[in-house]
Amino acid sequence: MFLKKLKRTIRSGTHNFVRSGFTSVSSVLVMVVTLFVITSLIFVQAALTSALADMKDKVDVTVYFTPHADTNIIHSVESIVKKAPEVKSVTYTSSEDALDAYKQKHINDNMILQVFDILDENPLGASLNIKAKDPSQYESILNYLKSDSVLSSGMLSVIDSVDYNRNKLVIDRLTNIIDGAQRLGFVLAVILIFISIIITFNTIRLIIYMSREEIGVMKLVGAGNKFIRGPFMVSGILVGLFASIVTIIIFWPVSYWLGHNMTDFLGVDLYAYYKSEFLQLFFIQIVAGVSIGAISSALAVHKYLNK
Amino acid sequence: MIYFDNVTKQYTDTDTEPSLEGVTFSIAPGEFVTIVGHSGAGKTTLAKLIIAEEKPTVGKVSFQSVDIHKLSNSGLTELRRKIGVVFQDFRLIANKTSFENIAFAMEALGKDDDEIASDVMHVLSLVNLDNRSLHFPHQLSGGEKQRLAIARAIINQPEIIIADEPTGNLDPISAGEIVNILKRINSLGTTIILTTHNKTVVDSLGKRVITLEKGRIIRDDKEGKYVI
Repeated sequence: MFLKKLKRTIRSGTHNFVRSGFTSVSSVLVMVVTLFVITSLIFVQAALTSALADMKDKVDVTVYFTPHADTNIIHSVESIVKKAPEVKSVTYTSSEDALDAYKQKHINDNMILQVFDILDENPLGASLNIKAKDPSQYESILNYLKSDSVLSSGMLSVIDSVDYNRNKLVIDRLTNIIDGAQRLGFVLAVILIFISIIITFNTIRLIIYMSREEIGVMKLVGAGNKFIRGPFMVSGILVGLFASIVTIIIFWPVSYWLGHNMTDFLGVDLYAYYKSEFLQLFFIQIVAGVSIGAISSALAVHKYLNK
Repeated sequence: MIYFDNVTKQYTDTDTEPSLEGVTFSIAPGEFVTIVGHSGAGKTTLAKLIIAEEKPTVGKVSFQSVDIHKLSNSGLTELRRKIGVVFQDFRLIANKTSFENIAFAMEALGKDDDEIASDVMHVLSLVNLDNRSLHFPHQLSGGEKQRLAIARAIINQPEIIIADEPTGNLDPISAGEIVNILKRINSLGTTIILTTHNKTVVDSLGKRVITLEKGRIIRDDKEGKYVI
C-alpha cells in the first residue's frame, strides 16, 4: 500500500514538473542562484582557510642564544619547549648553520663577508624557531618559558633575545584579522544563504499559489492532505535535484578559470579543489536543493490545505 | 439524507442581506432536486454549504444525520468522497489528461491501478469521451469539459451529486446532453441536486423544484416548473 502510494506520488509529481515546462525551468534557475551562492561561499571559505593557514604558517617566534651558550643547555630548552601543548614544531639552528645562512644571504656583499674573515670567532648564536598551533598562542608559550618552574636561571642566562616582542604587534594584528575574517565570513555566509533561501521559497510559493484552485478541487474530490501535498513535494525535490546538477556543471568552467588565472591571488587552486571535493560539493548541493525544494513546497501547500 | 435546519449564511458582518436566510428543507435519498433562482439568490452558497466549502452563520447542515460543519479534517475528506461535485466552470486539473483527472479521484481512495484503468475508460465511454482520454482540458470543448467533470464526479459511485449551474457555460445541445446524463445517473439511485436558472432544463425534468429568492425559499414544488 505504501509503495503504491509512493509510486503514484512520484509519478504525479514528475508529471507536474515536466508538464509545467517554463514554470519548472524558472524554479530551477532561481534554485541554481541559491545553490551557486552556497557553493561560492564554500569556495570562498576554502580560499580563506588556505590563505589563513598560509599566513599562520609564516608566523613564528625565534629564541636567540648567546654565541657561547652550551649546546646541551640549548637542547634542554628545546626539549622543554616541545613539551608545551601549544607548540606545533621547534627547529634548532646551530651557530654554524646561522653563519652559513647569513653568508649565503649576503654573498654579494664583500664588505660583510670580509668582516667575518677578520673576526676570529663566530659572532652568531644558535637559535630555536618555534611554531605554535595557533598564532594566538605565542604569548602563552613565552609565558610558559618565563615561568620559574620551567626554565632554570642557567637556561635563562644563555638566552640572548626573543623576537616575539618585535613581532608582537604584527602577530596580534594578524590574529585579530584572522578571527575577524572568519567571523565576518560566517555572518556573510548566513545572510546570503538566508536571502537566497527566502527568494527560492517565495518563487516556489508563487508557483503553488497559481495551483491554489487545483488544490481546492483535489480536496473537493476527496483527496486527503498527504495525497495532495506529496506530488508538490516531489516537484520541489526535482527542482532541487536539477538545480544541483546544473550548478555543479556551471562550477566546472568557473573553477577551471579561477584555478588557471587566480591561484596566485587566492593562494589556492580552486579547480584542484573542485576536482578533489567534487562528491562532497555535489552532495551538499543536492542536500541543500532537495531540502529547500521539499520544505518550501510543503509549507506553501500547507497554507491552502487548511483553507 | 440532507437536512438544512434554519440555515443563514452571511459572508461578512457588513452584509445587509444574507446570502441565505432561515433556509429549512430536506432531501431524501434518490431524489432529483433542482434549485432555481435568479443570480445572487443563494443557489451556489447552498451548494457550497453541502460540500462544506462554506460554514453556515446560523443553523445546521446535516448529511446522514451528521452535522457536516463539525467534522474533523479527515471526516470532511470522508464526506467529500460520498459527494460528487460538478461546477459551472468545470474545475478540472489543467495539467492532467482526461484519464488522469478521473483517475485522480480513484487514486485518492487508494484504488488499484487495474481497477482504475478499467473503471475510468468505462466512465469515459458513458459520457462519450473514450476517444478523448489523452486530451488535456484545454483541448476539450465546453460540453466535453462538463461531461468530463461529471465523469469525475460519478467515478467513485457517490451517494449524491451536486451540480452547480453545470449548463451555465454550454450551448443548448450540450446542456441537453448534460441533463440527460444526470437523469441517467439519478435513475440508477444516486441523489442529484442541480442548481440552475435555465427554464428549459427545469421544465424538461419534471422533478422537485426549490425556488430561492434573495436567500429565502419561496417555493418547494414536487414535479415543479420554473416559476419566478
